[in-house]
Amino acid sequence: MSEGSLEFEKPIVEIEKRIHDLRQLARQENMDVTDELHKLERKAEKLRKDIFSKLTRWQRVQLARHPQRPYTLDYVDRLTTDFWELHGDRLFADDPALVCGFATFEGRKVLLMGHQKGRDTKEKLRRNFGMAHPEGYRKSLRLMKLADKFGLPIVTFIDTPGAFPGIEAEERGQSRAIAENLIEMAAIRVPIIAVVIGEGGSGGALAIALADRVIMLENSVYSVISPEGCAAILWGDRSKAKDAAEALRISATDLVELGIVDEVLPEPVGGAHRNPAQTAETLKTAIKTHLDVLCRVDADELIRTRMEKFLAMGVYQDDA
Amino acid sequence: MAWFKKRDRGVKAERKRNLPDGLWLRCEYCGAILYKKELERNLWTCDSCGFHFRIRARNYIDILLDQGSFREMDAGIKPLDPLKFKDTKKYADRIKTYQAKTGMNEAILSGSGEIDGRQVSIAVLEFAFGGGSLGSVMGEKIVRAIRRAIKTNSPFLIVNSSGGARMQEGILSLMQMAKVSVMLARLHEAHLPFISILTHPTTGGVSASFAFQGDLILAEPKALIGFAGPRVIQQTIGQELPEGFQRSEFLMDHGQIDRIVNRKELKETVSSLLSYLPSPAPVLGFEEKARALEKS
Ligand SMILES: [Zn+2]
Repeated sequence: MSEGSLEFEKPIVEIEKRIHDLRQLARQENMDVTDELHKLERKAEKLRKDIFSKLTRWQRVQLARHPQRPYTLDYVDRLTTDFWELHGDRLFADDPALVCGFATFEGRKVLLMGHQKGRDTKEKLRRNFGMAHPEGYRKSLRLMKLADKFGLPIVTFIDTPGAFPGIEAEERGQSRAIAENLIEMAAIRVPIIAVVIGEGGSGGALAIALADRVIMLENSVYSVISPEGCAAILWGDRSKAKDAAEALRISATDLVELGIVDEVLPEPVGGAHRNPAQTAETLKTAIKTHLDVLCRVDADELIRTRMEKFLAMGVYQDDA
Repeated sequence: MAWFKKRDRGVKAERKRNLPDGLWLRCEYCGAILYKKELERNLWTCDSCGFHFRIRARNYIDILLDQGSFREMDAGIKPLDPLKFKDTKKYADRIKTYQAKTGMNEAILSGSGEIDGRQVSIAVLEFAFGGGSLGSVMGEKIVRAIRRAIKTNSPFLIVNSSGGARMQEGILSLMQMAKVSVMLARLHEAHLPFISILTHPTTGGVSASFAFQGDLILAEPKALIGFAGPRVIQQTIGQELPEGFQRSEFLMDHGQIDRIVNRKELKETVSSLLSYLPSPAPVLGFEEKARALEKS
């Protein structure tokens, strides 16, 4: 249970283990431990509230990257009754770091896609830690155009440290792949909902997030650069990532305040991994609500509104 | 390879030209001694090896547009500090330093002008201002330049030189990629041409958005162009990068750009290419035609 726990989660994990042990002991020895259990549970409750009501931005980064955090396909399992993964960009390869497919969500047929991280070492490597190559973005665009053609709304899950920085990614045009997604998504004539479920890493995240609605789970983050990368460049010291996370203001509530994100979805106390079923239920309600609204909007109006939304982003002084 | 390793010293040589007494300059790529006046006549490219010195945004205006045709627009738009960002320095102070150094409000110069008599809307990024980084002002000024292109039925040109996002503006900086993309989608809808010119360096958020959204993409020789910076890639993959990696010639080999253009031929090239791209383009109405054909 404590395996893969974060430093600040440990006191909670510890007390939960004590509760578990006490229960077992009581059962084995047929003892009455009601009072002790009650005390411990109250203590655990307080601890959870104390720790999770005042998370720093850096702690949220750690939660967003938590090894037990639900990934795209975990949510697909819980949210859809039917999922048909579709592969390949028709140009070079299939990219397992970005999964796409038709799905039935709340009785509605949609195109669903998202960055996909791996759980064990082998899977992590196969999924390239959720860092897509150009073929991943090109696959997503191919299918978005298909969705446009046949009127399927699009739901995207964002969970990537960033687009992959590698030799082959450059050779095959990582820049162009992302740039093309951005310009094409601007004019896709079906609703697009982007949900940041974990790490929203820079251009690699934005490449499937130019959407009518951008919503974020409470402990997810969305940033122009990783805190470590920012710290290395501006502080000359990667260990200043904590400071960079604060300065960059990358939490979900920050992004709502900055007018970039439409809604923050609450997570169970302790984070999405503590109760994936409950998190999925929250996602389901939010996505359904937004889809219900967007699917009634005329396509021209949809695009116009999407464009106006992004055109209004930016803070500057204009004396003219 | 010499030009690859000596890049940094090349930048130093470029700085030297600002010295009032610097009549002679050494090309840091090939070592040739160059007479400053001659270098200027050659648009800051080395006579003997073709090395392209980094130049200012204003220089590109002179190179590309008909003399006296440029009218600067939106020069008064200034950066703010929405995040109250502070690293080892305050962002607000960094802005002041950049402004003092360049005499510009932001890392972009934009406006209207003519190329061989044809009206264009143009934006040029200024690397000397904070590495040409993409912030809210740059995003807004590019959007306005594209809007002018649409209003006047003109082509849109952009000369890129940027290290990427303006980190100190956080997520607002990332969103400028989306903002400009949306406006370029409208330009596309209006059937107007967009030529993107990549100069040394064009990386990060600029590269992954408007720089690579051109109908045509041109690059100066030996410019560093890429999504990720070479240092980041080296750290990620833990191996040496191939010779000439992420230079214009490398991108040409990998099918990512249309042409590599010497600065001296830049105006002629752009002008000739534009002659094939009327603005607005004749509207073809493919969909209607396809339906009509099926009915007949
Ligand atoms: Zn030379």
